[in-house]
Parts: sequence; structure tokens; C-alpha cells
Amino acid sequence: MKAPRIPTGTHGPASGLAPLPFTLLCATVLCVLAAHAPHMPVWYTTVLAAIVAARWWQRRRQRGRVSAWLRVALLVAVPAAVVAVYGTPFGREPGAAIVCGLLAVKLLESERPRDARMAVGFACFILMSALLFDQALAFTIIVGLMLLPALATLRALEPGLPESGWLPAFRTGAVLLGASLPAALLGFLLIPRLATPLWGAPGNGVARTGMTDRMAPGDLHSLLTDNAVAMRIGFDGAPPPENQRYFRGMVLWSFDGRAWVPGAAARRPWPPVPVGVHDPLTHYDVTLLPSHRHWMFALDVPVDAPEDAVMGPDHTLSSSKPIDQTLHYRVASATDYQLAPERLDPRIRAAALELPAGFDPGAHALAERWRTAAGGDDAAIVRDALALFRDGDFVYDLDAPPLDRNSVDDFLFNTKTGFCEHYASAFTFLMRAAGIPARVVVGYQGGYWNAFAHYLLIRQSDAHAWSEVWLAGRGWVRVDPTAAVSRIILADTGGAAGDVGGGNRSWWMPWQNRLDVINRWWGQTVVGFDALSQGRLFRPFGVEHATAQMLGIGLAIAVFLTLGFGALLASLRPHHKPRDALATAQQRLQHRLARIGIVRGTAEGPRDFFSRSVAALPDSASTLRTLSTEYLVLRYACAEPPPEQTRAFARRVRNFHPRHVLK
Amino acid sequence: MDAAIREHESLAARIRRWLPALARGRRPEALPVTLDRNRVYIVPTRAGLGFAVLLATMLIGALNYQNNAALLLTCMLGAALASSMLLTWRELHDLTLRSLHADHGFCDARLPIHLAFADDARARPGLHVALDDIEQACPLRRGVSRATVTAPTDARGWMPIPRMRFSSTLPFSLFRAWSWITPDQRALVYPRILRDGRPPAHHDDPRERITGGDEFAGLREYHVGDPIRHVAWKASARHDHLLVREFDRAAPGQPLRFDWRDLSGLDRETRISRLAAWVCDAYAAAHPWTLILDDRRALGPGSDAAHYHRCLTALAELP
Repeated sequence: MKAPRIPTGTHGPASGLAPLPFTLLCATVLCVLAAHAPHMPVWYTTVLAAIVAARWWQRRRQRGRVSAWLRVALLVAVPAAVVAVYGTPFGREPGAAIVCGLLAVKLLESERPRDARMAVGFACFILMSALLFDQALAFTIIVGLMLLPALATLRALEPGLPESGWLPAFRTGAVLLGASLPAALLGFLLIPRLATPLWGAPGNGVARTGMTDRMAPGDLHSLLTDNAVAMRIGFDGAPPPENQRYFRGMVLWSFDGRAWVPGAAARRPWPPVPVGVHDPLTHYDVTLLPSHRHWMFALDVPVDAPEDAVMGPDHTLSSSKPIDQTLHYRVASATDYQLAPERLDPRIRAAALELPAGFDPGAHALAERWRTAAGGDDAAIVRDALALFRDGDFVYDLDAPPLDRNSVDDFLFNTKTGFCEHYASAFTFLMRAAGIPARVVVGYQGGYWNAFAHYLLIRQSDAHAWSEVWLAGRGWVRVDPTAAVSRIILADTGGAAGDVGGGNRSWWMPWQNRLDVINRWWGQTVVGFDALSQGRLFRPFGVEHATAQMLGIGLAIAVFLTLGFGALLASLRPHHKPRDALATAQQRLQHRLARIGIVRGTAEGPRDFFSRSVAALPDSASTLRTLSTEYLVLRYACAEPPPEQTRAFARRVRNFHPRHVLK
Repeated sequence: MDAAIREHESLAARIRRWLPALARGRRPEALPVTLDRNRVYIVPTRAGLGFAVLLATMLIGALNYQNNAALLLTCMLGAALASSMLLTWRELHDLTLRSLHADHGFCDARLPIHLAFADDARARPGLHVALDDIEQACPLRRGVSRATVTAPTDARGWMPIPRMRFSSTLPFSLFRAWSWITPDQRALVYPRILRDGRPPAHHDDPRERITGGDEFAGLREYHVGDPIRHVAWKASARHDHLLVREFDRAAPGQPLRFDWRDLSGLDRETRISRLAAWVCDAYAAAHPWTLILDDRRALGPGSDAAHYHRCLTALAELP
């Protein structure tokens, strides 16, 4: 007696990879490349896609692995190319680029179902890693849909698909993904989150997007054309009017002739400047998307720093840690305020008047003229400057020409074309040259008020730069020189909403703004679902804080219940095909006879069964005999039982009620 | 280290020995048999274990980077792959083997067994049946309830139908479901056919008779034991294999006599095999024959299928 074999994972000899699963595998790999394309160099993605396409073409003509030399060469070339581009093989972007390359190379040697399964597994993993770069709702959905070709590949590796089994191959995966959505959501809710990461600090080595702490004319350009969401703000009560939505981020004190930087003044721990606050305060909640920097944005002048944040001497907020996760904070701000109206600290005054020597003689001369004309009236000089921008043929244009060494002079007297940075820089320079303390503020201005969901949407393109000047008796006053410019040329680059006070040009922008509600919901409920929100999960059941242990038990119960429910669903018998009317009637007759104890045997033909019934039921013998003859004729004497006779037979069966025979 | 491996192996062997015993199916049972949920077993395959490791890695990665979108994707993939288990199980669940009948087969060749399943609205495209180490694909499309598999044979006579393993790995090959059925049925295996070896030196030598006539009837492939003078050398030169001339018999009416005693000097099984070969050849040539067994029981003469099967059955059933 041979030892019985335990079932194993292999069956039969290893067979080759059929064309359909291989094509689906290629499609899967292309999907993976597409998911990672946004952060990989275009040429790199293109080369990898070309390798996949060439391999598909080669295998369509002749099966077999690509020569080992080529594979080894590519295996070396992929990391080499990545190191050449990124300078290091470590980190998120280089790592993702390398695994994408290795996946494409894996395709070159995939000749067996086992290879294909392995490649699908890698592909799923790399798909998931694409979400480390972007967790937006749309992208998550796209990546989720990219699981379909992966599952279709797995399905196509198994038998039972027709030759052109594209759709059937996809169907299984689609049905399974759809059916397991509730289970996936339960898992998502109940899998205990880590309070602290096991390794690495997430977000390390991430390219910083958004604002920088250096403002040179032209630097903000890429930001002003970026439609990414920067933050969302919900107000208690009505939002401030549109022309007062200035969200201050940083104050730039120091000018080196070309760029404005925070400078030493911003870092010095000066005593906070007293604020003369007049009611009412504006209270609001900010949801700041990860910027990987420290700055937090607040409307005008915040009165208090939120938790884990500090307020600088110039009334800007900054977080104690880089903002690598979406950050929620609540602030109260004064929009009607006075900052140091009586007296400016001499050190601050010195910092706010400092200008580099040997730059922009023209601007200096102009400021001197204004000062001479206005005498001691600082406000008149501010008005002069704004009048210059308004009436001096200045143009607002994102496509500003580059400026020479004396950037302010070149802008004021020559190009006269620029955007907020140019105007803020030139205005602040002129004020300082005229002896008025002034500083540059960068932040966001404007935004889209979503009346449906009651929140203000701020995009990166709402980035803005303006000035603040110190006027005796009034303190620091906000002046937005860009707003004075009357001629506006709008390039087709989209964005720049805040910069000019809410002019959106692309046709889809309004829709994008409205649909941002969904993104906000996604960001709040899914992306922002952390250990803290998870702890509140069982509140409806009277549990104040759910521990990891409770969540684990909940997860186990949920897995058990879903599996049980699934097994129940799976064991349901499919509907039997509608039998013909004759068989239905015959079955009814059989059923009635079975009820009184005459059961048809498995191997018993209808004729034998009926004659046995006739013998057993002398009372109904004649009826039964008729029914039996009728059935045998209908079933076996005609190719297709005539419908009306079948109906008559069925009717007679319905009216036939055999009774128990008392023996 | 080695000892540990040996220990592990012996444990695996023990489980291997025990598992089918636990899996019932040892006791033959009368058909029809329905694979209900108590007798369908399911375990992850090697690929399934690989994907489990992969999902665990994805899960830890998503948790570590506190990336909820990645976690959601991992949950979706995990749930979909795990629920493929239900589809695998469903491939077997409720499968009813209504009846089977074994075809005629000779010893050492594979014996065809025709399976009849209950009419089922469900397709089972991934169904496999194994009666020995060979997995045989046995796909059932919707509305198809018949299939044929083969069983190994190693001795003539009545053979109990071996225990059958029904299995499937559909849809993703991450799980393997299987179930055993030991049908309470037997199949008759005809004796081994032995054509090689020298035909007995007897004037009634059937081979001489069958291909020993005068009139040339045609060519056929050479079998070991064919008289060398019948080889058609010229014709063979044009082919890959040897061909022999066949001749019609001179006396077509006279039945051949296959006598047990003609084969004296050979052991019992060889005698039976040789007699079976003669019967086959005579039947193929449609020449009547009489078979005389060791107990002097004579079958025939005859040349039809019934006679053929009667003779082979008698030979197969010989003690």
C-alpha cells in the first residue's frame, strides 16, 4: 500500500505560462509603472515601459527567457541609473524607482506560473508603496483599480477560462474586491495603529513642496501654478470677508539685494510685541496638509499659540516638529488689532530698516524724493508708492522677465512686470529706503469658500507675499502692493488665485473647488484616521478609550463573522435552471407520493415506479395509471412535449391527492 | 541539526499518514456521495503562504508609515485574497458523484473510469481528480455532468476502485480544497497482454494461423514475436518501423484453439497473458476462436464482442 499523498501546492509538471496570463502580467507591470510615474524621471519610466512592451512582443513570437546576459546587464543598469539620477540608492524615491526597475526585469525571466505569481505579489507591494507618495482619494481609487489586472493575472494562471478570457479573468477579481469591501473596511477600522513607528521617521528625505523661507523675485512661480491643496479652514460663524483673508506664514526681515530671508531678526527672542485687540476674535480650525516644514498659518494675528507650537516675536506660528502628517489646530485671531502702535523696539526698528549697501540706487533716489515731498507723513509715502504701482504702467504677469543685479531698480524702472513677490519686494525696499520700518510677509491669501460644506479651501496657488509697514500711532499695518496693480495679464497656467484676489481661469477649477468636499472628507475620515480616532471607536458601546487589545478582539470577531457569513453565502446553491413544465409536474407528483411513503429509488425508472405506486394505492389506481401513461407518452414518445397537453397533465397532477393506505 | 530535521520529517510523515485517516474516506461508501461541508478540506498552498507573508509585510509597512490609504489597499487586497478561499471551497462543496462505471482495461494500462455527477447549475472549471499520484483535470462546465478519468492497474482481476481525491485550486491557486471519495465499487482488470516471446511450437499456433495464410492481405506494424520471414523488408525500408505482411487464412471457417496446455513450461501469469494476447489478436482479426482454460472449461467458439469479453473476463478471474 502506497503512503497516501498529502495535497501540495503543485499539480502536475510545471507547465509554461500561457499567452493570456502573460499579457495580463505585462498590463499589471505597466499599471505599476504608471502609479509610480509621477515621481520618476520621464525617461526612466519610458525605458521601463519599453522593456515591458519589447518583452511582450518577443514572447508573443517565441517563448523563452531573455538571454541571461541581457538580464544581468539590466539588473546592473537599473540601480546604476537610479544612483545616477538620485545620487543614492536609499530613500523613498530611489527605492521605489529601483523596485519598479527590478519588476520590469523580473518579467524578462517569467516563464512559469510560479514566476508570474511572484511577479504579481511584487507588483501588489509596489502598488501599495505608490500610496506612500500620495494619499489623495482619486489616486487611492486608481491604485485600488490597478489591483484588478493583478488579480486577473492570478485568475488567468488557473484553468477554466475560455481562450479569449479577458473579461472572465477580470470578473473574479472584481467580484472578490467588491464583495470583500465590507471586510476590508472592518479591518481598516479595527487593525490597531502603531502609536510610534517601528523604524525610520516617516517623511525623511522627502522633497519639500510648498513655500520656502527664501523669497526672490520669480521663486514663487512654481507655487502659484500648483493647484495642490495647502490647507482647509473651518470658521466658527461667518468667514472673514474675501479681502481680509490674509493667512500669515512667515515674516522676512532681511534682504541681500536679491532675496528676502527671515534673517537673524526672526530668530531673536525679542519680547512679544503687545497687541491691542479689539473684539470680536475670529475662531477657526485649520487642517494643514503636510509641508515637511515648521510653519503654521494663521489669519492675521493669532492671540495664542496652539499646542505644540510657538509664536514668534512677529506673531507667526511655528510647529515644534516638521509637519509630516496632516495637522489640525485651532486658533483665535484678531483681525482688528494694533501691533506696537506707540513705540517700536529700537532693535526691531533697526532690523526693519536694514538694506544692503550698493544695490538699487534708483529706488533709493525715488524714496528720497518722496520723503522730501511728504516730510514727516509716512502714510503719504505709502500712498505715493501705491499710486506708482497703480498708475505707473505696471503689469501683473506670472510670466515675468528675469531681473538683473539691481533687481528692484530693474523692476521699477524697466520691466514693470511681475507678480506678488516683485511688488512686495520693491514696495518694502522703497519703504525702508524712505525710512519707514517695513517687512515682507509670505502666506496665503484668498481661497475658495465652499458654501455647501462651510470651509475655506486654500491651494498652493493661493500663496502670496505682501508687506507690513510700521506707522506711528497705528503700529504694524498690512499693505498689499499687488492689489494696487490694475493691469493683469493672466497666463494659461491655472492657479494664482490668491495672488490677484480670486480670479480662476481654468474651466475645471470651479468644479475642482466644489468637489474638494470629497477630498476633505477623505482627508478627515480616512487619511486622518489615527490611533487617537481609533481609540474613540467604541464610544457608542460605552468604552471611553479602546485599547489595542480590545481592537484585536474586535478584529478577531469581525474576521470570524465575515468568514462565516461569506461561507454561508458561498454555500448557497445556485438557482437550478428552470426545468421544463413536464418535469416540474412529474416532480410534484413524485413529491406527493413520497409524502405518503412511496419514494422513488435512485435506480428506479418512471415506469417501474408508477406500476409500484399503482399496486400500492388501489384507491387511486385508475388515476395513477392514466397519469403514468400520459407522462410516459409526453416524455418519451414526442421529441418536444406539446405545451397544452403538458399543462393538462400538470393540472391533473395538481388535482391528484393520494391518500394513505391503511394496511 | 540533522536530528531535528529527521524529527521534523518523521512528524510530517506521521501527519501525512494520519491526515487522510482523519479525513474519513477510508471506508468505502455507496454512491451517490455528496461532498458536503464536513468533508471538504482546505489549506493554503505555497503561493498562498507567500502571499500571506507579502500581505503581512505590506501591513507592517503601511502601519509604520501611518499611511491609511496604503493600509486600506492592503486590507482590500487581503480581504479579496482571503475570500478567494470561499470560492475554492465552493468548487467542491455540494459536488455529488452520482455513479461511476469502470471501462474495460488491461493490466498495466490505465483503466478509464466514467464519472457521472449530479446535474448542477454550477460550473466547476478547476476540478481535478487523482486516483494515484497523477492529478487529472476534470473540468465540469455548467450543465455538464460527465467526465472520464483513469486509474492505475497493477494486477488482473477484481480491483476495488481506488480512493479518489477531488481537488481544486481555483481561482487564484492560493488555497487548495480537497475531498476524498472511496466508492464501494470494483472494476475488472483484464490480464496483462504479453505478445513478446516465442510462440509455442504447435501446429495450431494461432499466430501462424492468423498471419500465416497464403493470400496477401496487407501490411501492418511489426510486433515482437512476429515470424521474421513475414517482414516486408522492401516496404519497411520506406518507413521508420518494420512492417509485416498479413495473409488471409487458407481455412477461414475453422475456429482457432487456444489451449491452456499449449503453453506448458511457462508460469501461470505468463500463460494467462499469452492467452489474453491471442484472444485479442483473434478478435482483432475477426477470426473465431475457442479458449480452453486450465480446468478444461471451453469457451466458444465465437468471434463477437461478447465472446471476447467473456474470454478475457474468465482469464482475469482465474485464481
